[in-house]
Amino acid sequence: MEEYREKTLVIDEQKKITFWQTFFRNKAAILAAIIIVIFLLCAIFAPLIAPFPYDEQNLPEMMQAPSANHIFGTDEFGRDIFSRVIYGTRISLQVGFFSVAISVIIGTILGALAGYYGGIVDQIISGFIDIVSSFPVSLLAIAVVASLGRSLVNLIIVISMISWAGYARIIRGQVLTLKEWDFVEAARALGASNLRIIFKHVLPNAIAPIIVMSTLEIPKAIIVESTLSFLGLGVPPPTPSWGSIMSAGRAYIMQAPWITMSPGLAMMAIVFAFNLFGDALRDTLDPRLNKQI
Amino acid sequence: MAKYILKKLLFMVPIIIGSTIIIFSILHLSPGSPVDMIAGPNITPEVYENIRRSLGLDKPLVTQYFIFFGKLLRGDLGTSILQQRPVLDIVLERLPITLKLGFLSLLFSFSIAIPAGIIAAVKRNTAADYLSMSFSLLGISMPTFWFGLILLYFFAYKLGWFPTSGYQTWRHFVLPVATVGLTDAAVTARMVRSSMLEVIRQDYIRTARAKGLRESIVIVKHAFKNALLPIITLFGMRIGWIFGGSAVMEIVYSIPGIGRLMVDAIYARDYPIVQGSMLILVICIMLGNLLADILYAWVDPRIKY
Repeated sequence: MEEYREKTLVIDEQKKITFWQTFFRNKAAILAAIIIVIFLLCAIFAPLIAPFPYDEQNLPEMMQAPSANHIFGTDEFGRDIFSRVIYGTRISLQVGFFSVAISVIIGTILGALAGYYGGIVDQIISGFIDIVSSFPVSLLAIAVVASLGRSLVNLIIVISMISWAGYARIIRGQVLTLKEWDFVEAARALGASNLRIIFKHVLPNAIAPIIVMSTLEIPKAIIVESTLSFLGLGVPPPTPSWGSIMSAGRAYIMQAPWITMSPGLAMMAIVFAFNLFGDALRDTLDPRLNKQI
Repeated sequence: MAKYILKKLLFMVPIIIGSTIIIFSILHLSPGSPVDMIAGPNITPEVYENIRRSLGLDKPLVTQYFIFFGKLLRGDLGTSILQQRPVLDIVLERLPITLKLGFLSLLFSFSIAIPAGIIAAVKRNTAADYLSMSFSLLGISMPTFWFGLILLYFFAYKLGWFPTSGYQTWRHFVLPVATVGLTDAAVTARMVRSSMLEVIRQDYIRTARAKGLRESIVIVKHAFKNALLPIITLFGMRIGWIFGGSAVMEIVYSIPGIGRLMVDAIYARDYPIVQGSMLILVICIMLGNLLADILYAWVDPRIKY
């Protein structure tokens, strides 16, 4: 028994090492990780990094092109775009992380219930999944935010509401196949309750695709947030978010294109990084999945 | 086949009913009322009540829903509160513009994505593969509206090749279709590449090559035909996205389609218009999915219906 435990421990250690080794052999993954860390630091230390307060108006210097003083230029109120973009990182990352966390939880629970119990439970949950997936996502989000009101929390709720279905579908499929396996049968024979089987035996085995999908959903959430902000449904001003900066810049795109360009480029960088990171994670965690999506 | 289509159509009914309930509850549970929009702030409580009653908003929610649903069964989507015209007429006026934008974008997207995905898969790990996949990753990393603004800035304002807004001629459609089509192609090309890669590794491809067929025939006749199935599924899945994307483009490029109609109606709290246009869009998306299902069954002889 003792020997056996030691052996599994060694295997676990080896597994861990090979995972990180394989993962960081991928140069793109390292680059992506660096970009993500930089943005995280920007979000956390925004007041220290931003050269100006995000809402400091300076009308004599309005709509200036990028210069040494204002590296991304200034907007129609003379506010420093660079500082606003730095602060905007906070909104984007918060929306990205929290909405993904909430939709993973909802999607996992509903997907596991549907897959495990089958029958009428499955039909109802799958029906919901179908309904949510057949909605034009951005339009549904617009309708919900317009009626709930503009706030960070509402944005997170809306984005979670429209993205849980993807996780639910994956988990349901995984649980459907996993529950036929012998180890689940064995757990049941030992008298484990349904909930224990779901949480202790089935879900841990379905975790890899969920991690990969979450990494790839964060950038999607960031993009949806910016689309909503662009339509005037984001976090209320003066708090800057990338989408609202772009939305304000749209009116001045002729005279001051940098207002629209800068936050877009920042967003591209972080979304690009998350996508690269997710791809690398997928290749490492499950080489088989790589070919499917 | 007719039976299969009928079954699929019947399956749509509960989903459509479900979506009307969801749309209805979201709109009616929200604070704020269309009466505020009609009446303005300085209004006596009696007049307010009268307007509320005339719109039927004083009845319990469930009753309101059944009235809405009963009318719906008779093909009546209600009357727009602001325009005082039947919602169905208004929506049907705007729908062709959105459908045109959506279908042109879908066509454009697939005519780029399918060749790009196939080439990337066939020439795996070569410059062509890296190039198309880098472009694809770049396309995924941009919000559609931002890409639209960039195209607008360069091609409409700077170069003056295309108009900045409107929908009357084909020139008006070039930029919006390019925006939605290219960003969608970025996603689709990746998926085409992976489904081709899956097929290329199969034994029958090795057999086809082994018996001396030309590579182009192997790819087109043997590999692509089999990779077509997941691509058709994809086509169904992307339709919803395309319509959503087109709706946002209608705002960037000031095109009076159904998306623009709906966003305006949401701000004005013109509930009947929002419900009607959302419902019509959902039906369009589901018909698109149905089309994909039918194509799928038709292309794949293994599927029995």
